[in-house]
Amino acid sequence: MTVQELPGAGASHRSTPPPAWRPRTDAAPLLPDPEPYRVLGTPAAEKLDPELMRRCYAELVRGRRYNAQATALTRQGRLAVYPSTVGQEACEIAAALVLEEQDWLFPSYRDTLAAVARGLDPVQALTLLRGDWHTGYDPREYRIAPLSTPLATQLPHAVGLAHAARLRGDDVVALALVGDGGTSEGDFHEALNFAAVWQAPVVFLVQNNGFAISVPLAKQTAAPTLAHKAVGYGMPGRLVDGNDIAAVREVLSEAVRRARAGGGPTLIEAVTYRIEAHTNADDATRYRGDAEVEAWKAHDPVELLERELTARGMLDADGIQEAKDAAEAMAATLRERMNAEPVLDPMDLFENVYAEQTGRLREQAEMLRAELDAEEQS
Amino acid sequence: MTTVAVKPATMAQALQRAMRDAMAEDPTVHVMGEDVGTLGGVFRITDGLAKEFGEERCTDTPLAEAGILGAAVGMAMYGLRPVVEMQFDAFAYPAFEQLISHVAKMRNRTRGAMPLPITIRVPYGGGIGGVEHHSDSSEAYYVATPGLHVVTPATVEDAYGLLRASIASDDPVVFLEPKRLYWSKAQWDPAEPAAVPGIGKALVRRTGASATLITYGPSLPVCLEAAEAAREEGWDLEVVDLRSLVPLDEDTVMASVRRTGRAVVVHEANGFAGPGAELVARIQEKCFHHLEAPVLRVTGFDIPYPPPMLEKHHLPGVDRILDTVARLQWEN
Repeated sequence: MTVQELPGAGASHRSTPPPAWRPRTDAAPLLPDPEPYRVLGTPAAEKLDPELMRRCYAELVRGRRYNAQATALTRQGRLAVYPSTVGQEACEIAAALVLEEQDWLFPSYRDTLAAVARGLDPVQALTLLRGDWHTGYDPREYRIAPLSTPLATQLPHAVGLAHAARLRGDDVVALALVGDGGTSEGDFHEALNFAAVWQAPVVFLVQNNGFAISVPLAKQTAAPTLAHKAVGYGMPGRLVDGNDIAAVREVLSEAVRRARAGGGPTLIEAVTYRIEAHTNADDATRYRGDAEVEAWKAHDPVELLERELTARGMLDADGIQEAKDAAEAMAATLRERMNAEPVLDPMDLFENVYAEQTGRLREQAEMLRAELDAEEQS
Repeated sequence: MTTVAVKPATMAQALQRAMRDAMAEDPTVHVMGEDVGTLGGVFRITDGLAKEFGEERCTDTPLAEAGILGAAVGMAMYGLRPVVEMQFDAFAYPAFEQLISHVAKMRNRTRGAMPLPITIRVPYGGGIGGVEHHSDSSEAYYVATPGLHVVTPATVEDAYGLLRASIASDDPVVFLEPKRLYWSKAQWDPAEPAAVPGIGKALVRRTGASATLITYGPSLPVCLEAAEAAREEGWDLEVVDLRSLVPLDEDTVMASVRRTGRAVVVHEANGFAGPGAELVARIQEKCFHHLEAPVLRVTGFDIPYPPPMLEKHHLPGVDRILDTVARLQWEN
């Protein structure tokens, strides 16, 4: 039944709405493909750039070793907590490698590996998790925003920064990382909406690792995929195999290129899996079975690339050993540096609360100073 | 020599002028919020800014407060100086996580590497006959958050000066605008605005010897009226306008209380754990031996903000202030 056929509807009652708003009719290209995009193990892998892929491989091996070292440091009490990215290294590395120097990365608390792969000193990246300060680096020096523990709150920052850069005529793209759980937050929605309305040069990469701590995706969303959420904002959604670094890199690269060229934002869902527990404080056996974890281990991002490159003659035993040696050297240095006691000055607590200390803070700082002096004397 | 009569200006005009002058002087100043562009804001405080500076400098944003403030954080990270308008006190609450977890903490958590020069303008307080969610005095939430400055003007001249100072500040400022004073008028010459005051300096608005009324924002005119009325009772009241709740100018407050020996704190916000509670605590810590009577408070009741037809019972008025002054143990 059309509107005209409705009882009581006649030509005389028809009206034309004012042209203030028209629905978009070109939504189809925004929809993600039904299957995650893959390169490794497909004919598309023939076109891989050997040098780039060897670099990806070296970074993946280093990333896996970084994860193992950080977890070990946590067991030894050198880190307060460590959220592992074992199984998600392809996303972390691809995110770092796809950016130009002037671009910005907006990581969540789980993304120290992406920050390290972008060039941040691992000790500085782990400062938050060691607990000697909150942010261990100058964000502007590395163009890496502080690791964001409140979920999805870094996404509007990425939009604002990208928008500001564009207003100034600068060639800057912001890449924001978020997890599957974060997509339920209001800030995710607001950030994507602002990004699309402003056509900001920003790319959102959702690492769908299956769980928000213990809650599986089925309890998080009824969307067909997380990438589908893009369509409602009027931006393209892309679905990619998050363990296939060649695919993630390609999809990210395309989105970054589009953003840089003024084409606006993209939402990318990378389907991956968190092999380890949420953090060392979590017990994953309470909410998932070994069989599921084992199945994902068979789809390991490091092995996927290693198999492909070896089969294609792009990587040999020496190359593999070289990557492992480099990773071991990184781990040894990290271990040694993290075993040194951090230098703490309690008086730093009162610094940088404001540009200028308030009278109240001066009083409290004096109180602590006196306590510390008394402690030293006794 | 001829003198040109200066026309009275409203607080709304002074605020608009402050943003206009800041935008003209500094191209990094960007105004953003709901309806601030074409409409000029629901209170018309941003009137004409989009026309003069373009929509990229005075931007109508989507209707989402966390997104507005979150985007402002990113803009400030890139070196801009955003001035955000929250449409009403109670509509600022969706932005709380951004405000508390990021805006307030960024300078500290980055060891000073990345301060956020953001001004968040919030029309606040009652007395305008607003329906539910349009009249909150939300200052206690802000003053309880380290890292934020909380500033509130009570006069036309201060509206200009304090807003200029807030926009110029490298720290985030929650700038609380007493909306019932938007249309208050004073002789004020926008061509020759007074020097921009520093943030954190209180002013004695009326000198007196018998007792001190300590107040800010929308309650200042009420206190001044009460002080006039008190003369009939034989009380000579001093009135201190805090102008800034963080930092708090304790020196000016304590000096006044030491002179008069008696004090009443007056504000619209709920009494329980409101700014008055902090002031009373600090006065007894620092002026105990100068006090002739306990320090009292006149505040909004500890109730959700009332419907407009009942708000007059809730708001501190002249009679309630005088009744409270009467309880300052004058028989001693």
